[in-house]
Amino acid sequence: MSAGKSGQRPLVRVRGLRKSYGGTLVLDGIDLDVREGEVTVLLGPSGSGKSTLLRCVNHLEKPDGGFVEIDGEIVGYRQDGARLRELRPRLVTRQRAHVGMVFQQFNLFPHMTVLENITDAPVAVRGLPRKQAVAHARELLARVGLDGREDSYPRQMSGGQQQRVAIARALAMEPRLLLFDEPTSALDPELVGEVLNVMQDLATSGMTMIVVTHEIGFARKVADTVVFLDGGRIVETGPPADVLTAPRHERARAFLTAVL
Amino acid sequence: MTQHDLSGPATAAPGPPDPAPPPPGPALHTAAGDKELLSARLVPLRHPGQWASAAALSVLFAMLVNTIVTNRRFQWDVVGDYFVRGSIMHGLELTLWLTAAVMASGYLLGIGVAAMRLSHNPVLRGLAFGFVWLLRSVPPLVQLLFWYELASLYPRLSVGVPFGPEFAHFKTAHLFSGILAAYVGLTLDVAAFSSEIVRGGLLAVDPGQREAARALGMGDGRIFRRIVLPQAMPAIVPASGNLLIGMLKATSIVSVIAVQDLLYSTQLIYTQNFLIMPLLMVATIWYIILTTLLSVGQFYVERYYARGSGRDSRAGRPPARGLWQIARGNLPLFGRTRTDLAGLS
Repeated sequence: MSAGKSGQRPLVRVRGLRKSYGGTLVLDGIDLDVREGEVTVLLGPSGSGKSTLLRCVNHLEKPDGGFVEIDGEIVGYRQDGARLRELRPRLVTRQRAHVGMVFQQFNLFPHMTVLENITDAPVAVRGLPRKQAVAHARELLARVGLDGREDSYPRQMSGGQQQRVAIARALAMEPRLLLFDEPTSALDPELVGEVLNVMQDLATSGMTMIVVTHEIGFARKVADTVVFLDGGRIVETGPPADVLTAPRHERARAFLTAVL
Repeated sequence: MTQHDLSGPATAAPGPPDPAPPPPGPALHTAAGDKELLSARLVPLRHPGQWASAAALSVLFAMLVNTIVTNRRFQWDVVGDYFVRGSIMHGLELTLWLTAAVMASGYLLGIGVAAMRLSHNPVLRGLAFGFVWLLRSVPPLVQLLFWYELASLYPRLSVGVPFGPEFAHFKTAHLFSGILAAYVGLTLDVAAFSSEIVRGGLLAVDPGQREAARALGMGDGRIFRRIVLPQAMPAIVPASGNLLIGMLKATSIVSVIAVQDLLYSTQLIYTQNFLIMPLLMVATIWYIILTTLLSVGQFYVERYYARGSGRDSRAGRPPARGLWQIARGNLPLFGRTRTDLAGLS
């Protein structure tokens, strides 16, 4: 697990993370490092805890044990001697502003135009002047290939376009880390490619990303690390060339045969 | 030669008898009579029952108008005399602003109660539940009289340590005038009912919206005002229109504590001159006018909150049909276009 150069502290450190819902253990002691600029892809059968792990990283779910640390700061808690005390919502909100998230169902705000979707949080949360936020939003839209769609409403766009707006919206907060929760699972097959291309561009530009996906091709091409989860544990982790071509764990092998 | 496909490849136009040469592929099966089918005219389903019932209703409506106009016992001349009389106008004014004030403060309170009801804080939740339970149980009439007669229940109110020494006290007599009692009582009533309407609307908003806003680092207050509430509005507005129009007329119960609203002003006149029906007609016509205006207003509010809900790309404008087109489309026999038939019948 402890891979290579240990000198530089990883951007994200997950240690001993546990979470259960009403008696069923969903995460059973997860340890994970994500280094700055790296892309980590989480794979695993449904119910293996990938999405829950992702949602714990920006504290949309409260863990039952263990901790997540981003840039040296514990997420959602404050250390007080032998205790981790839960932070007030206001402080958690401040931490989240540095972690962007892209959802399976896009979750764009349907009553706002594309431009309002992208500029609302930067203006309200980061206090960016509106003019600057709009200029930045236009750049981001161009970057995801949607320049000129500022005044559209989300429902007037295809799923692939909506997801690209959602990515632009997350980028507008200038996050240090981007989380993707099955970003292409709700898309028609012919629209998957346009979203994956944008994600690949982001990876190339050095964005740190944690991606839950079933797109093995994307994992092979873009991921620095592939993590395979099963039953709330990490059963295999390493560079895609190893994990995807020669999985050692039997569950990972079965899963890969099923999806490929 | 096994397919039975009548529509033919890509050229389903009924006009030209000679279709373009078929694309390469297996030859299509041809049945006798295909030509006739292709050139046949499409006849939409007729609705003779709608026409017959519309005609019958028109006759009944004409009879209704006729009897209302010609029955002299309605005394329309008296109605005309009193319609814009000073005391009636004062009553109308009071009804209008009491309704507006009660609805505005009632809804402000109601939105707060709804938010409390959905909060994570069990104390707030319990408080909101108790408020709604109590206020919905007490008849508004009893509430009005309770506030008006507060002095007889609690002649003295004091400020101090609970069950301990008191620092100050004051008499409650004349604390509540009739109009203040009406305002407080009806506001609390509206708050209780509107909070349930608002809560229903808030629950209808996709939880993913809240999550996305949280992931963007928005605070709870902003998420509520900017993300959740606007999306709850389409579900809230129709029921609120109902409550508003209901309250417009429900304000007439203030007559029991001698507040002169529209209806009570007419009552004061007809108890003296016994022209009961004409004066009730005066009040009724005013209520009809106000309700009509409010319904029109509701239409535009609904259209505003429907922005972004359509798929047509005219820069997010809501369905382009205005009030008039929709009203006309719903009248029998008038202006029923194909699109109206598709949408409304």
